[in-house]
Amino acid sequence: MNALWLVPLLPLISAVILILGSAWLGRRAVAVLGVGSVGLAALLTARVVTAFLGSGEASTQVLWTWMAVGDFSVQVAAWFDGLTAVMMSVITGVGFLIHLYSARFMAEDDSYARYFAYLNLFVAAMLVLVMADNLLLLYLGWEGVGACSYLLVGFWYKDVANGAAARKAFIVTRVGDTAMALGLFLILAELGTLNIQSVLQLAPGHWATGDTMVVLATVLLLGGAVGKSAQLPLHTWLPDAMAGPTPVSALIHAATMVTAGVYLIARTHGLFLLAPTTLEIIAWLGVLTALLAACSALVQTDIKRILAWSTISQIGYMFLALGVGAFGAAIFHLVTHAFFKALLFLAAGAVIYCLHHEHNIFRMGGLRSRMPVTFVSFLLGASALAAIPFTSGFYSKDVILLAAWQHDPLLFVAGLCGAALTAFYSFRLLFVAFFGPAQQEPDRTIGWVMAVPLGLLCVGALAGGALTLPLTDVFPPAIGVVNHTIEYIAITVTLAAVGLAAWRYLRQRPDPASGGLREFWFAGWRVDALYELLWVRPYCWLAKRTQGEPVDHLYNGIVALARANHRTLSALQTGQLRWYATGMVFGLVVLLAVLMRAAL
Amino acid sequence: MLVTLLLVLLGGGLLCLALDRFRPEAARLVSLLTLVVAALILASLAPLGPASAGPGNAWLAYVQMPWIPRFGISIELGLDGLSFLLLVLTLALGFIAVSASWTEISFRPGLFQANLLWTLAGVVGVFLALDLFLFFVFWEIMLVPMYLLIAVWGHEARAHAAYKFFIFTQVSGLLMLLAILVLAWTARTTGQALSFSYFDLLGQAPTGQLGMAIMLGFFIAFAVKLPAFGVHTWLPDAHTQAPTAGSVLLAGILLKTGAYGLIRFVLPLFPESSLAFAPIALGLGVAGILYGAVLAFAQDDFKRLVAYSSVSHMGFVLLGLYAFNALAQRGAVVQLVAHGISTAALFMMAGALQQRLHTRDMRKMGGLWQQAPRMGACALFFAMASLGLPGLGNFVAEFMVLAGLFAEHPITAALAALGLVTAAIYSLSLIQRAFQGPDNDQAKIDDFGPRELTTMAVMAAALLWLGLYPQPVLDLARIAPPLSLSGLSP
Repeated sequence: MNALWLVPLLPLISAVILILGSAWLGRRAVAVLGVGSVGLAALLTARVVTAFLGSGEASTQVLWTWMAVGDFSVQVAAWFDGLTAVMMSVITGVGFLIHLYSARFMAEDDSYARYFAYLNLFVAAMLVLVMADNLLLLYLGWEGVGACSYLLVGFWYKDVANGAAARKAFIVTRVGDTAMALGLFLILAELGTLNIQSVLQLAPGHWATGDTMVVLATVLLLGGAVGKSAQLPLHTWLPDAMAGPTPVSALIHAATMVTAGVYLIARTHGLFLLAPTTLEIIAWLGVLTALLAACSALVQTDIKRILAWSTISQIGYMFLALGVGAFGAAIFHLVTHAFFKALLFLAAGAVIYCLHHEHNIFRMGGLRSRMPVTFVSFLLGASALAAIPFTSGFYSKDVILLAAWQHDPLLFVAGLCGAALTAFYSFRLLFVAFFGPAQQEPDRTIGWVMAVPLGLLCVGALAGGALTLPLTDVFPPAIGVVNHTIEYIAITVTLAAVGLAAWRYLRQRPDPASGGLREFWFAGWRVDALYELLWVRPYCWLAKRTQGEPVDHLYNGIVALARANHRTLSALQTGQLRWYATGMVFGLVVLLAVLMRAAL
Repeated sequence: MLVTLLLVLLGGGLLCLALDRFRPEAARLVSLLTLVVAALILASLAPLGPASAGPGNAWLAYVQMPWIPRFGISIELGLDGLSFLLLVLTLALGFIAVSASWTEISFRPGLFQANLLWTLAGVVGVFLALDLFLFFVFWEIMLVPMYLLIAVWGHEARAHAAYKFFIFTQVSGLLMLLAILVLAWTARTTGQALSFSYFDLLGQAPTGQLGMAIMLGFFIAFAVKLPAFGVHTWLPDAHTQAPTAGSVLLAGILLKTGAYGLIRFVLPLFPESSLAFAPIALGLGVAGILYGAVLAFAQDDFKRLVAYSSVSHMGFVLLGLYAFNALAQRGAVVQLVAHGISTAALFMMAGALQQRLHTRDMRKMGGLWQQAPRMGACALFFAMASLGLPGLGNFVAEFMVLAGLFAEHPITAALAALGLVTAAIYSLSLIQRAFQGPDNDQAKIDDFGPRELTTMAVMAAALLWLGLYPQPVLDLARIAPPLSLSGLSP
């Protein structure tokens, strides 16, 4: 076993120690263990990735055979190629910064050890997800991160609403996971293996392009992806998931876990290329999600919910890229998004930390001069999110829009509208929270432990666009001619939207959401209410109706029948001679009648 | 050795009974010691050697001695991989049950332990018997002490629950006896002498309607025990009312005798009738999974919720057995073991809560995590196992069952997969209602002590092992081919 498997093992061991030793470990020890293990994992990742970049050879690392029955066999094994390298770097790198930030952000929490245990466990599961060489082990990581997400969303369990949000997150994504499991069964039944590389090799020979089975398999995998990545129609859990601590939102619900769906599709792109129908669905789902979520982000007042809707919207762009076959562009946007969205969440966390858990941006204001480090972070993060030229978000979004244009101009137009909305809501958030008159005074400072991650993520959000990801061996080339006109259109639209936001929110502070459309968007297009009506209520109604065990009516009926018979028959047992005599005579008459009839 | 194993358990029970008069507390120790001896005997029969050789595919031990030669009835016991696996589970959960009853049972502990050991003896006999008449005898032997465990040491509505349990099992057991007799009789007319031996009856079952009728006699008895949808209603009552150790034995082992009967007898003895019956069995499996899950979610009683989750989980076993697919069938056996452990743990949790709070009503719980984080963490772990989190044993089982079933009947598998969602709903609702939410001022409870924590840790480790390295179990989980008595110790 080389260093590769140590990467997920370190946070896993740390999580186990933290769980078992939570009663004995001091806060300092907890922080050192929790942060240090991920830091070490990040260093190891750097070593492994450097070695890989030197050789460029993809490799497999087998640990043991997980289960084998007859021809069916699954191993606990890792596959390391350029995509794995990118994902592992993001997870351990951004993950380490967020762990470090948490050390101070959560310092006053009673359950310090439990927090780091869950967070470490998440990192381990997420690493398994991206390292798995087969779909079943990937599924283990996939559900593992879901469970950690559940634990962390409901981390402050004393509030019933947090528990509800956590369960919603788990159950809604489980719906997608179940579809994905069926996809796995289908692939296994058709191809006889779950090993991803074998599947990609066998699929083109087994299925013709557009074969019903491959379309079905990819649609089922897509089900898992839309659940985990909070895309239509399973996106409803993510805004509620903001109930968790803010660093959790940064790590799980922005930078890493929610992008797992993008990773899954990119990882199995060979299957999706055989199913153009599914790709078309992905592109349209993505762009639709990007638009709808951007509209919702436009009217939110809770700083974290704005960012949550924005995450849904940005992953929509990644799906758009996947759908038009620009897999590399999707992963590129995944990486830059991890930088700037983690930055935005951590900056938002700093605001929340300093303002007594204030979430409403209309009760902030004027923070520009009071929290300069946070302001600069937020400014850079929002610029990257809005795709202002020369930030990382600009480069990654530009590639996606270009690919969309080459695939279908209609997709490009929709994507462009989304870009305008994105720029508008990003700067609305910035202007409302950081400019204008002060509403509250921050009562504490963030310290270097929180400032250093912000600073490093600022570098990532700014310069991340200059990265060249080692993905050329993984994906087929997608982009044809570079079209500068498209670029200029996008820049113009973005800057116009920023100007509009400045014009509207820098001069005065209009009231937050009111009015029909705004409330409709505020409530996320009322999809929640629809699901409540379609699924939740019928299920609860069914549960209430069946609570008393309807099947037992059958057996109770049998019992009642037996009792009734018993009562009737024992009523005949009166002890009175004349009744018995009457009965005997009656019986004799009947008997005689029967006999005579038979004789005749 | 097999006979000794049975005698040790029966004798240990007698000793406990004798001690009940003067040294009741010593009975627990005797019970524990008996189990240790039994475990040692079983260990001496363990299939050692390279797993690749497929030790589960041969008979590890076999014994036959005459009993009622006139009717061809003999004491015929055999141990193969499947039996061995289930015996390990039986004895392991026996330890758990003794641990669970350590402080809970104060009324006549000697008698209690005696009944516990006799139940175990009956179960061990069921897993070993290869003579169908002997099998029936053991089937009845495990019923009576279990009935007493519920009726004497149970909770508030114990009489009704015990009665219901007895009637359901007894009526279906009589159907099985009838089926056994008819089977032996019809097999005799084709052969010559009357025999109840499993090996003699293999391949002798009549086909057509008579075969179907005999098969149904067996199936109904096993379906009641499993339990399958429709004949499951004794289970929530019995599980809820039984003392903790009783619930552990019921859910952990007694339900498995039903599945074992299907694997060992129904499928091999009646291959054609079983195949014809498969659509109905699969339907019952899916119905059980979904119905059990909905009702589990509907319950307010902690134990009743766990009981209905058993109905749901055992639906997977039925699916795995009637998918007629090697992967699914192996998955069904893993499910037996995994469900045995995870449910036993949840019943222990329910018992521990009831001992502390004097209620099983989740409406009166909530917010317990603050006071009892260890209990909360354990409950969370086993709830996660119950909802099929990958990495734990139940996932391996459900994955294999569904994957195998999908290859044969995709639509049925898709319906059954809905159970993955419904399981998440009731499992998480259990955690929420018992442990999360605002601090509970009314309840002051102590967290798990060392004894309870150790028991839980052992079960958690077993589920992790089963979830990450199930291969040894998969290799064992096969029934040996008839009469291939090679590699037998004399």
